[in-house]
Amino acid sequence: MAAHLKKRVYEEFTKVVQQQHEDLSTKKLRLTKPSKSAALHVDLCKATSPADALQYLLQFARKPVEVESVEGVVRILLEHYYKENDASVRLKIASLLGLLSKTAGFSPDCIMDDAINTLQNEKSHQVLAQLLDTLLVIGTKLPENPSVRMRLVEVACKHLTDSSHGVRNKCLQLIGCLGPVEKGVSKEAESQAAKDVQKIIGDHFNDQDPRVRTAAIKAMLQLHERGLKLQQAIYSQACKLLADDYEQVRSAAVQLIWVLSQLYPESIVPIPSSNEEIRLVDDAFGKICHMVSDGSWVVRVQAAKLLGSMQQVSSHFLEQTLDKKLMSDLRRKRTAHERAKELYSSGEFSSGRKWGDDAPKEEIDTGAVNLIESGACGAFVHGLEDEMYEVRIAAVEALCMLAQSSPSFAEKCLDFLVDMFNDEIEEVRLQSIHTMRKISHNITLREDQLDTVLAVLEDSSRDIREALHELLCCTNVSTKEGIHLALVELLKNLTKYPTDRESIWKCLKFLGSRHPTLVLPLVPELLSTHPFFDTPEPDMDDPAYIAVLVLIFNAAKSCPTMPALFSDHTFRHYAYLRDSLSHLVPPLRLPGRKLVSSTVSPSITPHEDPSQQFLHQSLERVYNFQHLDPQGIQELLEFTIRDLQRLGELQSELAGMADFTATYLQCQLLLIKALQEKLWNVAAPLYLKQNALASAAAKQILEETYKMEFMYSGVEGRQVVIIHHMRLQAKALQLIVTARTTRGVEPLFGMCEKFLQEVDSFQRCFISELPHMQGSFVDKLLDLMPRLVTSKPSEVVKILQTTLRQSTFLHLPLPEQLHRATANIIEPTGESDNPLRFTSGLVVALDVDATLEHVQDPQGTVKVQVLYPDGQAQLIHPKPADFRNPGPGRHRLITQVYLSHTAWTEPCQIEVRLLLAYNSNRSKASTRIPKSTWSENLEALPPSENGIEGTIPFSKPVKVYIMPKPARR
Amino acid sequence: GAGQDVGRSCILVSIAGKNVMLDCGMHMGYNDDRRFPDFSYITQNGRLTDFLDCVIISHFHLDHCGALPYFSEMVGYDGPIYMTHPTKAICPILLEDYRKITVDKKGETNFFTSQMIKDCMKKVVAVHLHQTVQVDEELEIKAYYAGHVLGAAMFQIKVGCESVVYTGDYNMTPDRHLGAAWIDKCRPDLLITESTYATTIRDSKRCRERDFLKKVHETVERGGKVLIPVFALGRAQELCILLETFWERMNLKAPIYFSTGLTEKANHYYKLFITWTNQKIRKTFVQRNMFEFKHIKAFDRAFADNPGPMVVFATPGMLHAGQSLQIFRKWAGNEKNMVIMPGYCVQGTVGHKILSGQRKLEMEGRQILEVKMQVEYMSFSAHADAKGIMQLIRQAEPRNVLLVHGEAKKMEFLKQKIEQEFHVSCFMPANGETTTILTNPCIPVDISLGLLKRETAIGPLPDAKKPKLMHGSLLMKDNSFRLVSPEQALKELGLAEHQLRFTCRVHIQDPRKEHETGLRVYNHLKGILKDYSVQHLPDGSITVESILIQATAHSEDQGTKVLLVSWTYQDEELGSYLTSLLKKGLPQSTP
Repeated sequence: MAAHLKKRVYEEFTKVVQQQHEDLSTKKLRLTKPSKSAALHVDLCKATSPADALQYLLQFARKPVEVESVEGVVRILLEHYYKENDASVRLKIASLLGLLSKTAGFSPDCIMDDAINTLQNEKSHQVLAQLLDTLLVIGTKLPENPSVRMRLVEVACKHLTDSSHGVRNKCLQLIGCLGPVEKGVSKEAESQAAKDVQKIIGDHFNDQDPRVRTAAIKAMLQLHERGLKLQQAIYSQACKLLADDYEQVRSAAVQLIWVLSQLYPESIVPIPSSNEEIRLVDDAFGKICHMVSDGSWVVRVQAAKLLGSMQQVSSHFLEQTLDKKLMSDLRRKRTAHERAKELYSSGEFSSGRKWGDDAPKEEIDTGAVNLIESGACGAFVHGLEDEMYEVRIAAVEALCMLAQSSPSFAEKCLDFLVDMFNDEIEEVRLQSIHTMRKISHNITLREDQLDTVLAVLEDSSRDIREALHELLCCTNVSTKEGIHLALVELLKNLTKYPTDRESIWKCLKFLGSRHPTLVLPLVPELLSTHPFFDTPEPDMDDPAYIAVLVLIFNAAKSCPTMPALFSDHTFRHYAYLRDSLSHLVPPLRLPGRKLVSSTVSPSITPHEDPSQQFLHQSLERVYNFQHLDPQGIQELLEFTIRDLQRLGELQSELAGMADFTATYLQCQLLLIKALQEKLWNVAAPLYLKQNALASAAAKQILEETYKMEFMYSGVEGRQVVIIHHMRLQAKALQLIVTARTTRGVEPLFGMCEKFLQEVDSFQRCFISELPHMQGSFVDKLLDLMPRLVTSKPSEVVKILQTTLRQSTFLHLPLPEQLHRATANIIEPTGESDNPLRFTSGLVVALDVDATLEHVQDPQGTVKVQVLYPDGQAQLIHPKPADFRNPGPGRHRLITQVYLSHTAWTEPCQIEVRLLLAYNSNRSKASTRIPKSTWSENLEALPPSENGIEGTIPFSKPVKVYIMPKPARR
Repeated sequence: GAGQDVGRSCILVSIAGKNVMLDCGMHMGYNDDRRFPDFSYITQNGRLTDFLDCVIISHFHLDHCGALPYFSEMVGYDGPIYMTHPTKAICPILLEDYRKITVDKKGETNFFTSQMIKDCMKKVVAVHLHQTVQVDEELEIKAYYAGHVLGAAMFQIKVGCESVVYTGDYNMTPDRHLGAAWIDKCRPDLLITESTYATTIRDSKRCRERDFLKKVHETVERGGKVLIPVFALGRAQELCILLETFWERMNLKAPIYFSTGLTEKANHYYKLFITWTNQKIRKTFVQRNMFEFKHIKAFDRAFADNPGPMVVFATPGMLHAGQSLQIFRKWAGNEKNMVIMPGYCVQGTVGHKILSGQRKLEMEGRQILEVKMQVEYMSFSAHADAKGIMQLIRQAEPRNVLLVHGEAKKMEFLKQKIEQEFHVSCFMPANGETTTILTNPCIPVDISLGLLKRETAIGPLPDAKKPKLMHGSLLMKDNSFRLVSPEQALKELGLAEHQLRFTCRVHIQDPRKEHETGLRVYNHLKGILKDYSVQHLPDGSITVESILIQATAHSEDQGTKVLLVSWTYQDEELGSYLTSLLKKGLPQSTP
């Protein structure tokens, strides 16, 4: 009978499989519940050999199990577990138990007892380890249950004496993850079970198996992460582990020592073999430094990385890391760095170097030389010279962090960082340049160092050069020769790589404004002026000349005597550059001339408050226009929009805010214009005109709302509501217009239906915001909803029209920060008159270089569009790797666009622009709808709302001259 | 060879009855019999093959392999010769070159021939890195990476549990084409290490490289020509890589040439043995083999007169003859040009003269050459410095260190340092001297599994670091050692079991009655020995595990109690502990 029943259940199960293909999601859920466990049971009973059973289990593991049936499945598995003789099957069952208890929403406390019981009679070490793993999963699922944890820890302690490393490993892991962290919470539990977790784990630091030792250290670190304060006594134990034979043990021990040094930086430890004592953090620092010359590179990387975060170490220890006493035949020798420094301070430059220039000088006392220092000596010297670039990068990073916190150290490590600029691996070079930039506020470059730094400007990698420009932007140079050298090298760079123009100009801008006094004596030479003779006027379009001018003008800003040295054409050029490159050329007070911008320049005295006030005042005015006549409203809006746009131009920090509100007001203005009563009442002949106006307005409003929603970063939920509301109004307007122009009722039905659906979804999405929208269009519409649903389309249209007119204008609250996404295509410049020639049918690669600002997730949204003269448009998705992130909110796109076309008779221009793609599904509103967890269900769901996908052009188009030639035969 | 000396490396090691010869080099300083090692040290009569188990060559430099054909073909050795694959490939080229110079140029006779080199190479067995090669049943060798030059290796020689590591020449700092030497913690009984730079700690290689590149770059930008005299192998490749990457990075266009011949052939091998190079070359070779130079082309004699800047690598390295000297003569007159000497120059060569500042050189034919070009010196050496040697010792953790391949005075210093820092004994034998090192060989003993399991089950878990006491009987039978349980030993030997008990009397001052004393002792022991089972038997005696303690009154003095402690010899440890415990007396506190 029972067999018969089971068979029936099994049959049912097979039926369900078929049904899964149909979209009956609710039914499916209910049906699978009993059958899942039952099917498993049948399978396992049918299994004749362990191999068979294993196969069934493997198959079973591939399918998810619903929360409700987990417990049943677990029971069946356990039942089978006790019967099974084959260890591999038991192992699989144990792992399945762990997997099942991970199921979301399932509370595994009901199966815990059974799981612990299974441990009792288990003989196989592997199965035991797996069971402990399962217990670990159970324990982590029940974080709020100290007694369960206590029990599990107790079980783990019992099995710590097992002879298999795997079991001991798991035990330690379990103790580490579940061991009690706070003391004295439950006294009695404390005393009986986990006497002292730390002690138990500590005992296993000397286990015979390296894997167990590693596990013990890891468990200790786990306890630390969970908030337990480790005892200082462990320190000496951990120090011994540093000399372990196995790299994973050493690696973990380095971590543990680091943790302890952060916990007890100030306590005193004795130095073995002498009766001195030092601070623990210094001792630990020395020990970790020692590990930088470990045999295994994994440990070296780890050690080098951790060094960076030991900022409490005393400076005397820190400076030792860069110290490496050189000697040659037992005589003290100066390092190349020292020699360079001496050469520099003696005021002598590049003397003809001789053989024996570095001949060793004084004799060293043989006893005093320590070849293997116990301390930190030369750790970074070794780290930076390491064979593996991973270690070098880690060392550079550590150097950076330490130098940021200690100016004197920064000064000292400079030489070494400069040396790293010549590393063979580009990543390392780049990293060291970035590091240098980060510590640049602490340092001043000597001339010989600058020389080395500048030599890298010729690097063929663009990233390196640009990083170097960034570095030069914030470097302090000590002498005027240094500035000159930098300028010369930058100009050399400019001729070699003309594409670096923007970056070099920017770099010179900062270089000039940082060192006005150093630039001053160079001015006559740079401008090649002569006291008696007139020199020819340089070419204004020469990038090199512009570069020189940028340097000088920026220096002149804080050096009032400088303009006296300018010649006439320099002033003319100033005026030109001030207009054309206003971001690079600052306003100057020039004698005999008015300041170019008569108003007080915003960059000198920022008036943030008044302009912000102005913004709010004008908005306030607009929101109170209710009592004005329509004509007045329109005018007011127009003026306010104009004001706001101007404000945005003047105040860069308010630009986003001003533009955003202006766009909003523009939408409102368009809406009002389109709804003007006069227009709707005119006779049929004139009807066409107003129709065109209204539909155009509706279209534009829609576009603008998308812009508002997706082009600004910092838009919050409340703004989104209002934007959506505006969009709804535009859609209503569209409906009205179509209703008036189309004859017949049939098509209208569909449109009304759709519109009402949209109102509905709006209500669903923003239900919480509705109370704020008293008197608005939606508010009124929702009141009338029951009527709307039942009435005819023509009536609907009428209702809509009146509601639209009567509804109030919604107040747009402004968020704290609002930035408009902008993009600027640097390359192609669009200036070239030489067409890009290529054979038709083949492709040509066009380099595109653009800066993006305030774009969220550029990898996903930014696209490049190419418009051909025949109207053909091509959309290119740049690779994620093409985006670089030089600073917060800024991105840089450097990519290649492949062009191709059939042959043309003459060259023509194509347009390249950047687009911001959006998808209303991905918008902030839709994230509120909770997503269903089961993937099967998601597939079954009909596509909820048609995500409106579109693109917003957000950069000025650039024209490129191309000429596809016909292929020669 | 190589004892307190550089050159002619040749070391004999006898380890556990096996004889191994390490390296077989020539000496550059001599042209007579002293240039080769004296093989009569090995044996006066009889063939060498009978006395040597194997020969190991660490790398292809002539001072490590130069005497090999002489040794194997002329003296006579037919056993295996071990070297790494790159060494096996490059070694014959160098030997052939050496032979040509000695025989063809200097006209010597009685020297090995090309055929001998070929025959010698047939005896070579090539090994891979970290490959354990069984020379015979007991002797095994294993190669470790050593840097220095392509294919250089350190060798671990192991017989039973005794082992020796021979480093050959090695370099602990990576360079542009090779990685750093590495060895695991193999804890050999003896580490034989080179000590060329025993008293030198070198500056960072980056400064040197940067200087070198800067000099070359500046000269080329000025329109000058750069001459770099190099030897064919080793440094030449490093400098080529350095310049090649620099040219690539800086987008330079000036041509770089290297002299044809040997270098070309060698570059071919460098291309093949990519796995022996450093991380960068290994990782990028999928895109491009770094040794397939883009900017470096073969040199033709006619190019020397070409106008415009260029960089030329030419052999030989000391400017004493050949192509490099020819080019030097052509270019020396122009102050825009530059010559960079990347290595050491022997006294008497043109290279040495110009480095010491001489500006007017007398060439053959009494003509005077005025040197106007700039002369630079750059040291690119690939030996480990003092710190590197110490680092290797730290990595390998040997029990003894032996220094070779260096000068005696410098070795003295390093020796002292090693003894001071690592507390291991250090030797520096001269040529012909023999050093004997005592080892503590461990003798493997078979143990029956049952006994092992039984013994490990007792007490705490076995600990790798601490020796564990085990009870068992050692059976030495038929040249094999076995550890078996006592019962089994008795059975095998056919002996009856005897019991051995120790008894000891402890006097305690205690006026109380016997059983009370017994109770006190019981309580006391119970308090101390928590982990043992302490029982109080009804007849008044106490047992701790198997140890029996009885308290009786002293026959004469009732105030003194005599404690009788008795234990079997298996419990010796616990028993003696207990006695000493009881001798200390009982605590005076309340029972």
